[in-house]
Amino acid sequence: MRILVEDISLSIQGKPILQDVSLDIASGQSLALIGPNGSGKSTLLRVMAGHICADQGQVTIGKDRLCDLSPRNLAQRLGFVSQEAGTTDAIAVEDAVKLGRTPWLSLLSPFRGEDSRIVETAMSEMAISAYGKKQFNTLSGGEKQRVHIARVLAQTPQIFLLDEPTNHLDIRHQIAIIDWVIRQKSTVAMAVHDLNHAFACDRVAVLHGGKLVAFGEPSEVLVPDVIETVFQVAVHPNFAAQLNRPVLAFSKSAAAQ
Amino acid sequence: MNRLTFGGLAPAVSLFGAMVILLAAVGSALVIGETVIPLPTIWNVLKLEFGYSAPEVNPIDHGILWSYRLPRAILAMACGASLALSGVVLQALLRNPLSDPYILGLSAGASTGAVSVAILGFGAGVLSLSGGAFIGALMAFGFVAFLARMAKGEGAGATSSLALLLAGVAGAQLFHALTALIIAKSADANQARAIIFWMMGNLSGSRWQDVYLAVPVTMLGLGVIFGHFRALDAMTFGREAAQSMGIRTSAVMTILIGTTALLTAIMVSLSGAIGFVGLVVPHAARFLVGVRHVVLIPAAALAGGVFLIMADIVSRVLIPGQTLPIGVVTALVGAPAFAVILVRSSRAHSG
Repeated sequence: MRILVEDISLSIQGKPILQDVSLDIASGQSLALIGPNGSGKSTLLRVMAGHICADQGQVTIGKDRLCDLSPRNLAQRLGFVSQEAGTTDAIAVEDAVKLGRTPWLSLLSPFRGEDSRIVETAMSEMAISAYGKKQFNTLSGGEKQRVHIARVLAQTPQIFLLDEPTNHLDIRHQIAIIDWVIRQKSTVAMAVHDLNHAFACDRVAVLHGGKLVAFGEPSEVLVPDVIETVFQVAVHPNFAAQLNRPVLAFSKSAAAQ
Repeated sequence: MNRLTFGGLAPAVSLFGAMVILLAAVGSALVIGETVIPLPTIWNVLKLEFGYSAPEVNPIDHGILWSYRLPRAILAMACGASLALSGVVLQALLRNPLSDPYILGLSAGASTGAVSVAILGFGAGVLSLSGGAFIGALMAFGFVAFLARMAKGEGAGATSSLALLLAGVAGAQLFHALTALIIAKSADANQARAIIFWMMGNLSGSRWQDVYLAVPVTMLGLGVIFGHFRALDAMTFGREAAQSMGIRTSAVMTILIGTTALLTAIMVSLSGAIGFVGLVVPHAARFLVGVRHVVLIPAAALAGGVFLIMADIVSRVLIPGQTLPIGVVTALVGAPAFAVILVRSSRAHSG
C-alpha cells in the first residue's frame, strides 16, 4: 500500500516542527527516516500514523486520505511500533500479541480460531513462540521489542511505521529487526539513528530542522556531503565488498569546532 | 492456549465461584448482627415479602431483616462493586496501579459536592445530592489530573506514580477541608458525626430507596465498562499503542472517566467516602483471574461486592454494641495493601 505525504506542516506551541514535508513511498518499499535529535522524525511518523493532525497538507495511504478513515479502519491497514512502550500489568506475552487483533474484533465478532492462527504466525515470525506464557515484564529489551513487533504483525496491516525499532538493542537483535524490515512485503517506514542501517532500505529521507533536505536511494542520499551538513560530523565511507555497499565511520567535524 | 481464549473454562469457573461466595456473604450479612437471625427465619421473611405463604416470623426479626440488614447488604454489595469497577478503570486508563477513586480525591470531591447540596441547599432530594456529588467528583478529578500534569511538566503519556499520588493527596485534603468547613459552618448538632460519615463512609441508615438508586447505577456502570473491555486491554501499553490499535482513546477516556465519576458520586452520596475498595479489590482480582478485562471486570465487581459486605459485617461485630464506620475497616485492610502495592510497583518501574 502506497504512502503519499504531501506538504505536511506542523507547529506545536508556535514552534515549527515540520515544514512542507513531502514523501512518496511505493507499495512494498521501505523507507529509512534519518536526522539529528529533534529534527521531527518521530513527529512525522506520528502524523503518518494519524496520531497527530498536521496544520497543513495531507497523508494518503492506498487510495484513502488518512483523515477519511475511522481509527479502526486505519488500524486495520497501518501498524505503528512506538519506542519502548512499557506496562506495569502482569500481562503474558501471548496476551500482549493478541492485543494486535483489537481492530478486527468487536463485541459481536469475538476472538476466533483464525485470529489465533494469525497470532501464532506473528509470534513464530518474531521467534517468541517459546515465551508465550512468560510475563512481558520479565523479558529483555530485545525480546520486548520483538513482542511489540509481533503485536503489530498480528494487526495484519499493509503499512508498518516503526520509531527507532533498533534502539537499545544489541547488534544481533538490531540486525534481526533490520533483516525483518527488508523481508517485509508490506510498506515500511522507520526512523533510525544508525545510518548504516539506513542502507538496507529502498529509500532514505533526511530531516533537518523539520524540513526534508534529501530524499532518494541510499546510495544518493547517504553521501558525505549530505550527512556532514545535517549531522555536523566528518564522514569516512569505506566500501565493504561482502555487503556490496559503503560502511560509514564518523569522527568529530573539523568545521564544528 | 485454552485458558487464555475468550469463554475458556477457568474464567467461567472463577466467576461462578465468586457468585457463590457473594451469595454466601449476603447470607452471612443477614444472619450476623447484634441478634443472630437463623437462616430458616430469613427464608421465611423472604417468602412472606415476595407474597408466598410461610409461617409467621417474630415482627422484630422481620423488621431488622427486611428494613435494615437486607437493604444494607445490597447497598454494600453495590457500593463495593462500583468502587472496584472504578478502580479497575482508573488503574487501566491512568496506567497507574495505585489509582483508586479515594486516593485520587474523587470520593472527597463527591463528598464536598453532596454536602454542598445537602447543607448549602440546592434542594436536598436524593437525586440532587447525587448530582452534586457527581459534579464534585468531576471537579476533583479535573483538579488532580491538572496538578499531576503540571507536576510532570509535559503532555500525554503515563503520569508518574509519584506525581499522581501527590496530586491525589492534595486534592483529597483540599476537598476534605472544604467538606469539613461547610459542615462546621452549618452549626448542626450532629456535625462531627456528619464529618465522619462523609469522610470515612458509613452504611448505617441504608434504606430500600438507596438500593433502588445504587443497584441500577451499578448495573449501568458495569455494562458501560464491560462494553469497553477491549479498549481497556488495548491501554496496557499506553494511550498511543491503544490509538494505533484503532481505539478512539479520547472518547473512551471521556466516557469511562465520566462513568467512574458517576459510580463514585452515587456511592458517596449514599454511603460517604469509603476508601481503598477501588485499590485493593482490582489487585486481588487480577491476582486471581489475570489482567484481561473481559474476566477482570466482572470478577472485580463480584469481589468488590463480597469485600464490602464482609467489611460491613466486621464493622458491626468488631466492637460489641457499637457499629464502626465501614471506612475504618476498609482502611485497616487497605492501607497495608496500599503499602505492598506501592513497593511492588516501584520495583517494577525500576526493574
